[in-house]
Amino acid sequence: MQDSSRTEFGRGFARGGTIAVAMVPVAMLFGALAVQTGLSFAETVLMSAAIFAGASQLVGLELFGQHVPAWLIVFSIFAVNFRHVLYSAALGRRTGHWSEGARAFGFFFLTDPQFAESERRAESGTLLSFAWYMGVAVPLYSVWIGGTTLGAWFGGMIPDAHALGVDFLMPIYFLGLVIGFRKRPLWLPVVLSSSAASVLAYHLVGSPWHVSLGALAGILYAVVFTSSSEEAKP
Amino acid sequence: MSTTVWIILAGAVLTYLTRIGGHLVLSRFERVHPRVEAGLNAVPAAVLSTLVAPAAVAGGPAELLALVAGGLAALRGGTLLVLIVGGSTLVIARQLLG
Repeated sequence: MQDSSRTEFGRGFARGGTIAVAMVPVAMLFGALAVQTGLSFAETVLMSAAIFAGASQLVGLELFGQHVPAWLIVFSIFAVNFRHVLYSAALGRRTGHWSEGARAFGFFFLTDPQFAESERRAESGTLLSFAWYMGVAVPLYSVWIGGTTLGAWFGGMIPDAHALGVDFLMPIYFLGLVIGFRKRPLWLPVVLSSSAASVLAYHLVGSPWHVSLGALAGILYAVVFTSSSEEAKP
Repeated sequence: MSTTVWIILAGAVLTYLTRIGGHLVLSRFERVHPRVEAGLNAVPAAVLSTLVAPAAVAGGPAELLALVAGGLAALRGGTLLVLIVGGSTLVIARQLLG
């Protein structure tokens, strides 16, 4: 038992470590921008450690710089992170064998890659163990905080992210994940409706609402059209 | 403590609530309706698509080329391959296409 959970942790760690590479530049960028925006070194690291959600942290910074009311900054962080409600509901089904405490602790680390990798793990027929899950989470969380610290330290010395191509690595990674789920029922129409709706919402409503609205379109499609395709199967 | 720290802490608490909340709400129901189940199965592709599509539309030819290359790599291999193929395509395409 001890052995198997150690192996599980190791397997998760290897997976998380690979993804963490893509997160380094984003974490450093956040650290550098935060210090430039006027956050102290401690506040910058605290923000990464306590929130651990890149997009929302960057949106928060943007607003810190604009001197908007505090509640609006908090609300915007919440709005960007609202998609986690869906992750949480979906992953709750995969973690029925965890204790409530393990879930309360583990779900703190429920980021985009953490969710996607966990769903893939569960989909492959393997029981999603807490050890594997934390194995993925530890490198992601460490690199997020480490990268933020480095970025905050060497704020002015960030290399040209555009020339190195690191500013566009996350969309490429997310697309890879989307394609990884291609065996799921209604995959293509879900992807197409969410993509179209998110682009529309991005232009009509604005960021970050395009994420929730776009996701809703694909999910609604699956909810409405599921029975016909499910019944067609023997 | 400074206002900034309070904002960060409030943001952290709300973020945690989004991460635990979906499960807490769903676990109150005895049985999950098949349609809800289908909706939840669609969550990964649906949410992740919204993180790609606007970036793809905003991107230039180099970014689109990198997405195509990374997407093709995803059909064959795992995360590392996607990042290497997509990333190097991006760097080369940006050099060539400007």
